[in-house]
This record gives sequence, structure tokens and C-alpha cells, in this order.
Amino acid sequence: MVFTFCIEGGNFSKAGSASSEVKKILKQLNVDSKIIKRTVVSLYEAEVNVVAHAFDGDMIVEIFPDKIAVRIEDKGPGIPDIDKAMEKGFSTATPKVREMGFGAGMGLPNIKKNSDEMNISSKVNVGTKLEIVNYLK
Amino acid sequence: MVKVADLVDKLNASVICGKDDLNQDISFGFASDLMSDVLTLDTDNLLLITGLNNLQTIRTSEMSDISYILFVRDKKVSQEMKDLACENNITLIECSYSMFKACSILCEMGLEPVY
Ligand SMILES: Nc1ncnc2c1ncn2[C@@H]1O[C@H](COP(=O)(O)OP(=O)(O)OP(=O)(O)O)[C@@H](O)[C@H]1O
Ligand SMILES: [Mg+2]
Repeated sequence: MVFTFCIEGGNFSKAGSASSEVKKILKQLNVDSKIIKRTVVSLYEAEVNVVAHAFDGDMIVEIFPDKIAVRIEDKGPGIPDIDKAMEKGFSTATPKVREMGFGAGMGLPNIKKNSDEMNISSKVNVGTKLEIVNYLK
Repeated sequence: MVKVADLVDKLNASVICGKDDLNQDISFGFASDLMSDVLTLDTDNLLLITGLNNLQTIRTSEMSDISYILFVRDKKVSQEMKDLACENNITLIECSYSMFKACSILCEMGLEPVY
């Protein structure tokens, strides 16, 4: 099964709607609630990152019998130093993003914590691609 | 453990949506205006205490399986927030006390910290 969702950069009132759809699908498939939570928290962090830091993006969700694989690709400024971005507390979030309750530099480390596999690649001034895999043990 | 109905009473608070299950017990409390922090928790049966009243507060709770949100400092819930909360079976409570006052009362009532 493959599902694709669009993510609109800058639109905080819609942020989370893609992750919310994924949550409904996983619930319907009777996936274990702990795995659902780990997965949708990661997806939501990634979705908010596109809204907060990029222009627009796609979330492509593939569900297999044994795993969920998700790719979040955006067009945006990209990440110049990924190791730095992965550090707890590193953030370039604007005051507007902070007002929404984000921008603590916790998102990427939290995605790492909540996913079995995580891969991130980025090109400055082009965009960022994040891949997450969670196994349905 | 604290019963929802009891904390509503003690905090002089009002229930905005999810009036049906006020007999439930809640074990833990976490107070923050920073959703980045809330998203790092993996605690079940938690009351989120916050002064951040926007849609992302509800979205964060939806993703984190948080079923109870207490808004302090007299922050009001918007219709959009209410609709999204109802859809996700999240109980919203409004209270005019400061976060510190609300937390100290809840602590005394037996609500436990996450860490
Ligand atoms: N999709 C993206 N496009 C461009 N830059 C990004 C993207 N995702 C993350 N970043 C960069 O990496 C930094 C760290 O991201 P991370 O998610 O850990 O923290 P944050 O989004 O700033 O705050 P938080 O996630 O705690 O709300 C961001 O501040 C930003 O500079
Ligand atoms: Mg982030």
C-alpha cells in the first residue's frame, strides 16, 4: 500500500494533517499502539520541519506486512551541516515558529529515537529527504 | 492518581469538550508551552498542562496519545481546536490560574511528575 500526502510550507494550521491521516490508516490496520505512536510522532516532527523550515514537500508512506517505510521530501533551503542539525538543541527556527510551540532543536533527535532506521540527505538550496523505517514486530 | 472531575472542581475549571468521561483517573502531569518537549514523552495516562492555545497543541496531543489537556492562564480554546479535539476524543479543560498555581494544586492532589 502506498499513500502520498502534500505538505505546505509555512502553513501551521494544516501542519500535522498528513501525520493524522497516517495514524488513522495504521489504527485501521490494527498496528500495535506503541508502534503507531513512535511512527506518527516521527512523521509529525518531520512534517512540522517541512512547514517550519522548507517551502513545500511530500510524505510518501509505504506499508508492508512487516514494516512501514516513509519518505519526506521537500523543496527548501536544505541543511548545510546534518551532523550539527542532529544535535539536541540546534535550531535555526524563526520567532514565528517558536511562537507556535516549536524550535527547540529536539525534532531530529526525537525522530532518531522513535524510528528503527533513519536516513537524512540534503542539498543546500534544493531540499531535504528524510527516510524513516519502523518494523511492525 | 487524580479523578478528572475532582481536578476540575479544585481548579475552578470548566470542561470545554469530552464531558462524558470525567470519572477517569489520570496518573501523570506534564506542564509545558513547548510542543517539542511534549513530543519526547512516552508516558501513558497523562494530563498536559499548557498555556499554548493553538491547533498544534491538539495535534501534538493526538500524535502523543494524550487524552487530557488543561489550558491555564485563562487561555481560551478556539472552535477549530475544539472540533479537532472532539474528533480525537481529547478532553479540553480551561482554567484561569497561573501554570504554577495549577501545578501546585495538582501536585498536592496526587498527580505525579513524569521526571
Ligand atoms: N526539512 C528541513 N529543511 C531545512 N532545514 C531543516 C529541515 N529539517 C530540519 N532542518 C534544520 O535542522 C534544524 C534542527 O531540526 P530539529 O527538528 O531537530 O529542530 P527544530 O525544528 O529547529 O525544533 P523542534 O523540532 O524542537 O521544534 C532546524 O532548526 C533547521 O535548521
Ligand atoms: Mg523540528
